[in-house]
Amino acid sequence: MSDAAPILEMKHVSKRYGGIAALNEVDFVAYPGEIHAILGENGAGKSTLIKIAAGVTDPSDGEVFVDGRRVNFRNPTEAMSAGVVCVFQELSLLPDLTVADNLSIVSPPLRGGLIDSAAQRQRARELLASIGCEDVHPLELVRDLPLSRRQMVEIAKALGKKPKLLILDEATSALTAADVERVYAIIRKLRSEGVGILYVSHRMHEIEALADVATVFRNGRRIETFRKGERSVSAIVQMMIGRELTHHYPDKPAPKPAEPVALTAKNLSWGAQLRDISLDIRKGEIVGLGGLDGQGQRSLLLALFGVLKGVSGTVEIMGKPHRLSGPRSAMRASLPMALIPEDRKTEGLMLPMNIRDNISLASLSRFQKGLGLDGGKEHSAVERIIDRLKIKISDLAAAVSTLSGGNQQKVVLAKWLMTGPGIILLNDPTRGIDVGTKQEVYQLLRDLADKGVAVLFYSTDYAELIGCCDRVLVMYNGSIARELEGQHLNERTIIETALNVDDKEQAA
Amino acid sequence: MNDLRHRIHHNGGLLAAIGLFIVMFIIYVSNHPVGLTAAVATTASNKAVLLALVAMAQTLPVLTRGLDLSVGMVFILANCLASVLVVGTIGEGLLGIAIVLGAGALAGFINGAIIVWGRLQPIITTLATGAVYYGIALYLRPGPGGDVQSDIADFATGQLFEVVPTALVVLLAIVLIVWVPYRNSVLGRAAYAVGSNEQAAYMSGVPVQRAKLLAYTLAGLLAAIGGLMLTFNTYSGEASAPIAGTYTLNSIAAVVIGGTSLFGGWGSAIGSIFGAFVLRTIEDLLFVFDLDPLWQPLFQGVVLLAAVSLGALRVLRIRNRLELFA
Repeated sequence: MSDAAPILEMKHVSKRYGGIAALNEVDFVAYPGEIHAILGENGAGKSTLIKIAAGVTDPSDGEVFVDGRRVNFRNPTEAMSAGVVCVFQELSLLPDLTVADNLSIVSPPLRGGLIDSAAQRQRARELLASIGCEDVHPLELVRDLPLSRRQMVEIAKALGKKPKLLILDEATSALTAADVERVYAIIRKLRSEGVGILYVSHRMHEIEALADVATVFRNGRRIETFRKGERSVSAIVQMMIGRELTHHYPDKPAPKPAEPVALTAKNLSWGAQLRDISLDIRKGEIVGLGGLDGQGQRSLLLALFGVLKGVSGTVEIMGKPHRLSGPRSAMRASLPMALIPEDRKTEGLMLPMNIRDNISLASLSRFQKGLGLDGGKEHSAVERIIDRLKIKISDLAAAVSTLSGGNQQKVVLAKWLMTGPGIILLNDPTRGIDVGTKQEVYQLLRDLADKGVAVLFYSTDYAELIGCCDRVLVMYNGSIARELEGQHLNERTIIETALNVDDKEQAA
Repeated sequence: MNDLRHRIHHNGGLLAAIGLFIVMFIIYVSNHPVGLTAAVATTASNKAVLLALVAMAQTLPVLTRGLDLSVGMVFILANCLASVLVVGTIGEGLLGIAIVLGAGALAGFINGAIIVWGRLQPIITTLATGAVYYGIALYLRPGPGGDVQSDIADFATGQLFEVVPTALVVLLAIVLIVWVPYRNSVLGRAAYAVGSNEQAAYMSGVPVQRAKLLAYTLAGLLAAIGGLMLTFNTYSGEASAPIAGTYTLNSIAAVVIGGTSLFGGWGSAIGSIFGAFVLRTIEDLLFVFDLDPLWQPLFQGVVLLAAVSLGALRVLRIRNRLELFA
């Protein structure tokens, strides 16, 4: 298709924030009818490239052409009217409005100058049906939808704008496996209709499955553009991080049956979302939680941390009964618990507060001196943990919101590690962070386990569960469908269990 | 059926406010020595419509996650302006009304312009402009006085067909002419979008600035309509700081009782109308039960707390503690 005229062309585009170049003299071309993958670590310049194309920010230097015309978008609306539509990783839906309102937020169907709500609902129904989301009612409020459904609504919203260039920024990160397949099918259909697609993802297998062309970015520069199959996965990873990866995952130690059981749950149930869940985690063990998104994994972690009310069943910590009465009591158990939440922006961090205050927030009682805080002690403890986690910061007093996604996630980890937890619950901690940071997280978890910490690790990434965990509990419909260990712990068995394919021959 | 379930879910706060008002009004009427006559209804609605209009005005900025502390001052400014301009023949009076409404809208537009283009916080902007508007009112009416075109005033505070209070009809007309089209317009929806999540609204290409400008402008207009109605009731103008302040604070209370979220993006001006009715009925209840009017602020406070607690009842149903903070 390279003989067609480019849909998007950038010439010598740079973007500087203060003295730092987020994008440096980049030349980039995307053609209609092609799926173009954008690869690179966080901070490599991918987001900046997308933001410039979508009119969220303007370049400091260089020229941008859409459909052959020089453009200088001042806001997302101008980009949209030129046919550039972006599905952002940070969802752009309005929580208090209905699905139908959201899908037609920009140019709703009008009758007599006013919004025609019946036509709008019909349009919503059609758009939802086109992506296989008939289960979402057009009058439902977006805030009542689970994350995976919201992401599908977000995609439907973008499709409704009839894009010429569709930009997907980590658009499938929260989707269920079945939805991901549907989205793939839609993307391929758009490609056959001549739509240009820019696809940003941290999941290598998605890129292998979809992309025609890929471009790797590193440190604000375009490293290389190549067609599908021209580069091996390890070569691509090499380009992205610029160093040889010896191990993707830390080595697993031999099983430790002699270690005492740190956390026991017996017959936990909570409404329809948790059904009769029993599990044991030994000290020094990393136990994975797998399965399709929304099978109760998040509820299980919240239940163990005491956030849910009305959970039946019992929990024991080091063999002693533990009452689930809230995060504070979970943090004061004989083995203190820590929960690394899923959404770092709303549950994990106080974005406008500075890095030091965020990190010490959960362990302030340790720094109490008289009526105030021992600032020196706090400062040195924060610096130690920043050092240990290799968080890249310029200044402890800077707001957390100024950090990149990977470093923000490390701040969340630092905050909870500082409380000295004996049991760590993780809710998809590597979603949307770069490969390098992911590996550091894996190594950190293994180091913690070696020191006797019990880890319960929910991830939507199967490879991560296989590479990182000693055992994996696969959940389906609110209960633990199967426990996988040793040679049975592989992608095939996880997917089979997750989809609840009850095929004895295959499973054996 | 499914649609209906969603609609009830969307309007829970409004339905609660209507229910509360009906209960209070029934208690009031059944204990009234005369019962529900046209005269009783007219007196009650003439008073209630004033706060209802100011509360409607307050609703619009609140929906965008703002606040307008100047609504009471615009209300008083319109009252003083009307006592100067709405005089003479009916024709001259109508022209005066148009000017008063234009001045109210202009005051609102200035609020919006400062907030949108000056990027100042609504609460402090309107605190400042409110003082300015009050200053102008004081300049127009250093002492209470003035007059109003009595034909128009008597019509607006009287009864239609000798049964229906005209003030209620005016209120209904404003709902139909201003609120309903606004609620279903692109900029009206944009106001909800801005209040719900301003960043996401901007990213979606919603006209954020125009939505805010219109919300504050309409707030000024609605407050001015309230000021006109006040003039028709009192036949005079008075630059009273206590009245301005009371109406501003009560408008916020009415908005909350009516089920509109102070965090924006959620609620309706209809709810605020019933919120205002609830606050007004408290005063009337004190009257029929022969209690000292001095008790009024105390009871208003209790009802406000009770109404807000009603909204908090959902907490008992919440089974995920995180949702307490959502």
